[in-house]
Amino acid sequence: MSSANSYKNTAAIKASLKKRYARERRFQWYGRIAVMTGFVFLFILLADIVGKGLPAFTQQYIKVTLDLDADRLGVAPDASEAELLRADYLGVIRSSLRDMFPEVTDRKEKRQLYRLISIGAEYDLRDAVVDDPGLIGQKFDKWLLAHAEAASYLKGQVSRDLPEGDRKLKNTQMDWLDSLRDRDRTEGRFNTLFFTEGDSREPELAGIKAALYGSFFTLLVTFLLAFPVGVFAAVYLEEFAPRNRLTDLIEININNLAAVPSIVFGLLGLAVFINFFELPRSAPLVGGVVLSLMTLPTIIITSRAAIQAVPPSIREAALGVGASKLQTVFHHVLPVSMPGILTGSIIGMAQALGESAPLLMIGMVAFIMDVPGGVTDPATVLPVQVFLWADSPERGFTEKTSGAIMVLMGFLIVMNALAIYLRRRFELK
Amino acid sequence: MQTSTVLLILVALAAISFFVGRKRSHLVAVGQGGAYGLHSLPKHYGYMAALWAGLPALLVLILWVGLESRVLTNMVVSQLPAEIQALPESELGLYFNQIVSFAQSGSDALGLSESQVAAAGYYQELLADSRVMKASLVFLVAVIGCLLALQRISPTLRARNHVESIFTWILFACSFIAVLTTLGIVLSVLFEAIRFFHAIPVTDFLFGLQWSPQMAIRIDQVGASGSFGFVPLLVGTLLISTVAMFIAVPVGLMSAIYLSEYATRRFRSLTKPVLEILAGVPTVVYGFFAALTVAPFIRNLGESIGLSVASESALAAGIVMGIMIIPFVMSLSDDIINAVPDSMREASLGMGATMNETIRKVLLPAALPGIVGGILLAVSRAIGETMIVVMAAGLSAKLTINPLEAVTTITVQIVTLLVGDQEFDSPKTLAAFALGLVLFFVTLLLNVIALYVVRKYREQYE
Repeated sequence: MSSANSYKNTAAIKASLKKRYARERRFQWYGRIAVMTGFVFLFILLADIVGKGLPAFTQQYIKVTLDLDADRLGVAPDASEAELLRADYLGVIRSSLRDMFPEVTDRKEKRQLYRLISIGAEYDLRDAVVDDPGLIGQKFDKWLLAHAEAASYLKGQVSRDLPEGDRKLKNTQMDWLDSLRDRDRTEGRFNTLFFTEGDSREPELAGIKAALYGSFFTLLVTFLLAFPVGVFAAVYLEEFAPRNRLTDLIEININNLAAVPSIVFGLLGLAVFINFFELPRSAPLVGGVVLSLMTLPTIIITSRAAIQAVPPSIREAALGVGASKLQTVFHHVLPVSMPGILTGSIIGMAQALGESAPLLMIGMVAFIMDVPGGVTDPATVLPVQVFLWADSPERGFTEKTSGAIMVLMGFLIVMNALAIYLRRRFELK
Repeated sequence: MQTSTVLLILVALAAISFFVGRKRSHLVAVGQGGAYGLHSLPKHYGYMAALWAGLPALLVLILWVGLESRVLTNMVVSQLPAEIQALPESELGLYFNQIVSFAQSGSDALGLSESQVAAAGYYQELLADSRVMKASLVFLVAVIGCLLALQRISPTLRARNHVESIFTWILFACSFIAVLTTLGIVLSVLFEAIRFFHAIPVTDFLFGLQWSPQMAIRIDQVGASGSFGFVPLLVGTLLISTVAMFIAVPVGLMSAIYLSEYATRRFRSLTKPVLEILAGVPTVVYGFFAALTVAPFIRNLGESIGLSVASESALAAGIVMGIMIIPFVMSLSDDIINAVPDSMREASLGMGATMNETIRKVLLPAALPGIVGGILLAVSRAIGETMIVVMAAGLSAKLTINPLEAVTTITVQIVTLLVGDQEFDSPKTLAAFALGLVLFFVTLLLNVIALYVVRKYREQYE
């Protein structure tokens, strides 16, 4: 194109400018919309979880006037503790409920009435009586834990508009609950059971304590293995490794392992640790080993970056005053790069905390009620607990699932905040 | 003695060896003008003694713990009556498990035969023997190691060099674990997959159009062989990944372009970390979101416009997986776009092109290979993603490319085949490993190609 031609084109270009600028503006808007879409997705996700999960942190109680008659309990007033443990507390709760609603006579209706109270209330009452046998023979008010279905009505999650056949809570039960509420006999309290109990078949009794302990033991094993091994590997590759084929092989392997799907690590754990070495199934020990193999690449890669960032002058100064290579690294290079290494390790640990797929492979999906006491006890972890509850059909578990997710995300936020804080401090240096 | 106790005592022994070694170095140095006559610092002699005491004993302990239960099993089984040993492996396993659980808890002897009770006693005996032998062997090795080290200590011994070379080997061993892990993955998956291919021909697996492994639970059932055609799983996986890419690529790429070319620094520094939260959300949370929020929403939406949508539609799983991958695509494209030299931008802008023309006609063509590489990495992530599809995608393998229907994926099948009780020699369980093998190699291939493309692209501008 000659310059004479472009002069002639000037008019055409000017005429097209408006269109081009409009396109430019449109393009910018596409960009803004893309960023906004990401924000909207994040917002919907978090709002959905929090909206579903918040009710999990309150627990509904119903005040029942209990008549702890010795005859009704089926024990003598001066019964021994062993006898007290076997007494008929369920019967007392049921008869007390009948006393509160004398109009209920039909057998089917009675059964529905009993279903307002959680089966856990029986044991609660038993413990109270064993603690204080003086309660026997008295008539007093006690707050009893409501059944999950009743609780979800009291929290306003079940509407009467739904056809009666489609919901578990029947109209009569709703009427009773309404009358209890009118008499100020219902109350929502902070759900402490959620943090002090293990898993349960009853939504209102299920808690995350066992899963929290399982997560703790699993992460402990992961950290104890992955941190030293990862840091040592990074030190070797950065400071000692000769440039040869073996080193190349190691580096290629680390990069590839970082991209291997996590479930494949689960297959490795199943075939090697469970089937070959016959280590216990469902144990945090095996889970921790598998997760440490999975997080190792992350830790190695970030630690290497941190070690690379140490100025060579520090190494040269140490070597200059006669330190050996190993002393240089362990006394000078590592302490300086420690914040960076810790940042990477915390991010790796956060990944491990949220990971569940490989743990399904090695049997950490069992129904665990008891809090594990060590790394070889059967256990489950928080994300797997979320998975298990998400699978449960009862609606009470939906809010528990979201509640557990909120706790899990809380831990992740704390860990990432710590990593960001360390990184900031590191950058200032 | 418990393994943890043995480990603690071993650590204590190593610590004692350290002090004894250091003391010993002082003693041998007396005639040589004190500690200055030594080749190394006294503590290096201590470290040497500790390493000699601790390392070999630790190796013995690890080996013992790793092989203990295998050896015990074999010994107990070899004592069983011949007709029981002749049982098929799975029944023998069940029989043996009863022995072990009886030996450990002591309860529930009712359903057990006499030979089982006897074997349980024998098992307990062996277990007790093994514990004693383990502890004594470990301590013996530790003490011998320590004594050998002490004997070698002399003023001319180059203890520091010795300790440092051991340490360098330990460092090397740590980095070699990566190679061992890969080897472990390949071998464990390959080994079981080969056993699977003995039962099911490779061609049936790779080209079969039907997947219904549930049939193969019992031998006497109709269709007991099951069908293990892998094609429906591959199509399902690719379908969900494609949906995910339709969400993640436009949103991720446009966000990256906007943030790196248009946004102010402040906006960028505020937005990027927020969008990266999406990458930090555990996948099980996405799965829950997909199964309980997105899938019902899509189904209701479909019903309201008269479409029948499966409640576990590929669309729901794909959309949520796409959301998960947005930050991944974004940060990869961001790196790639930033790697394009400014001179190219400036040349284009200097010619009078608008920013949008510069991006579309200069930046994107230049960055294309890198972006393609990034997208390949994202695809490999999508293929290997497990929890979202386990929770939100279906179980039945339907050969379809309609995203409104329920499909299943490779990872879903691995999980369903392996969760719960398994028999280790049924084709059903082994199939999971064959799927794992395919998954490993497909993602490996994608990653290798992607990394190669990205690296080539980077070299072009460096």
